[in-house]
Amino acid sequence: MFNIAIKNLLGAGIRTWLNVFVTSVSIFMIIFSSGMYSGMREHAMNVSIDTEIAGGAYWHPKYDPYDPTTFEDSHAQTPIEFNQIIKDDKAIEILVSQASIYPEGRIMPVILKGISLNQSILNIPTKSLMSYEGENIPIMIGKGMSDYSKLQIGDTFTVRWMDADRSYDAAEGEIVHIMDSGNFKIDMGHIWIPLDIARNILSMNNESTYIVYKDGTKNILSDWIKRDVKYLVKDMEAIIKQDRPNAIMIYIILLSLAAMGIFNAQTLSIFRRKKEIGTLMAIGMHKRKVVLLFTIEGALNAVFAIILTFILFGPLLYYFSIYGIPLPIDYSDMGLIIAKKLIPVYSPLLLFITAFSVFTILLIVSYIPSRKIAKMHPVDAIRGKTTE
Amino acid sequence: MKNKQIIEIKNLTKDFPIGGDFFTALNAIDLKIKKGEFTGLVGPSGSGKTTLLNIIGGLDSSTSGNISVLDKNINNTSHQDRALIRRKHMGFIFQSYNLLPVYSVYENVELPLILNKIEKNKRKKMVLDAIDSVGLSDKVDSKPNQLSGGQCQRTAIARAIVHKPSLVLADEPTANLDSENSHHIMKIMCDLNKELNTSFVFATHDEKIMGYLRRIIYLEDGQIAKDKHIKKPIYNDDV
Repeated sequence: MFNIAIKNLLGAGIRTWLNVFVTSVSIFMIIFSSGMYSGMREHAMNVSIDTEIAGGAYWHPKYDPYDPTTFEDSHAQTPIEFNQIIKDDKAIEILVSQASIYPEGRIMPVILKGISLNQSILNIPTKSLMSYEGENIPIMIGKGMSDYSKLQIGDTFTVRWMDADRSYDAAEGEIVHIMDSGNFKIDMGHIWIPLDIARNILSMNNESTYIVYKDGTKNILSDWIKRDVKYLVKDMEAIIKQDRPNAIMIYIILLSLAAMGIFNAQTLSIFRRKKEIGTLMAIGMHKRKVVLLFTIEGALNAVFAIILTFILFGPLLYYFSIYGIPLPIDYSDMGLIIAKKLIPVYSPLLLFITAFSVFTILLIVSYIPSRKIAKMHPVDAIRGKTTE
Repeated sequence: MKNKQIIEIKNLTKDFPIGGDFFTALNAIDLKIKKGEFTGLVGPSGSGKTTLLNIIGGLDSSTSGNISVLDKNINNTSHQDRALIRRKHMGFIFQSYNLLPVYSVYENVELPLILNKIEKNKRKKMVLDAIDSVGLSDKVDSKPNQLSGGQCQRTAIARAIVHKPSLVLADEPTANLDSENSHHIMKIMCDLNKELNTSFVFATHDEKIMGYLRRIIYLEDGQIAKDKHIKKPIYNDDV
């Protein structure tokens, strides 16, 4: 039966290969779009961990990053339990405060963050502030913030803050570096200054708001609340989870396209090959076997399409996975962590699930029109007539 | 063995529904055909010859009456069993050849043997022998669209006899062929009939065929009008 099905498929020549090609394009689109989605997800997660989370953090008990009103009270002397890991460069302190900046007379509320400049735990260019020799407060902002506030390197402006004694004070700040982190959460509305200057102007000597530690650092017991990577990526995962139905919808649409193609091809094939079906019945093939034959042909169509996808589109998928696809728009302005170059990620699971789903769906849509064969009267089939 | 009855039909009737009424295609047919007979069902269009041929082949069923083919009561057998009888013991030849277009001559002829699960080496010999017996050894790899009408019908004959069936049913086998090809085809079938003792039943209204038949059953309005045994057929008298 299998050999007859192969013979039929190969014998049909261009008709088979057109079906296979169209199915193959659908499979490619399924893998590509799912790969892009996974790539975006992975990129967002990696950027967050790389520039913001590292191995996790210990928060001041009152610190809530989503509620700036807590910043006023969420600072304290860094607990002594952390001294050793900070000394060993396994952790860094960050001091957070609300502030306002006045570029060219405009008022902008910002989150001021003081950070150790000589750190290597977070992938943000804090060292670039070390070379500043001017009298102003050296400030680093993100590209998104720069675009939004129209601030460039060398621009100066007034920075106003409330110190630990609840007194307002102000000084001139100067943009020393504009970083391109790709993470809007450390960019939009943020200004980064050296930790010692932050402590000094805020009158918060040796204080910090949270500590970011390297991956693999041993657990430390203290009053401060440990937030591991799992907790810190929770919001990101929630966004991804919320977006999952969209991804599934795209997957289903593309799979449906492939299924419709095969369904159409099978229906047409049965319509065109009625005489052949009748002849097979006349020479002794049972109806059930004819149905099986057409179903196998449909399934083989799917197998050929899967193989063709890897031969024809495999190199293209590989190319994109290495070099990515440049995006024309900077999505960070929209509050999205999306790379300027999207690199699709095709996991073995994605490839397996796609191949398996396509095969199963195509097997089903091959079987459905083939059932019509069972209703055919052999005499009418031999004559090429339609009967139900 | 030669005189064993291969087909036995008793009081067979076949009605076709037309609108709210019925059309009787076959009416009270009684017929016996022995092994090795070279028989023609002859009559004008609508006389019921193709319907009778299809019922004998188990492709269609009767409305009433009994039909026994190769000692098996076709009325009481399932579709699956009828398919098995056709596969093992019958061969079909159609007016429009009904060759599978994507298969070569070899593959078309090989198909009944594949369905009968004959092993590959044995299959090859049987296929080549059948193709040789119809004189198409030089067209083994040709596709039906590369063959003439006569060659297509010869391929269909090879396909019908490759598994050495007891009975070959041929529906208007020469209707699409010119005179020369018709005679050629009929000679081949006469030879096979003698060589293999295969019974042949034709449904035809082609005058050329009648010169080969040893028995002619005339059908008129679904009934047997005349059953004539011919001792010396014009073109088939060398027995």
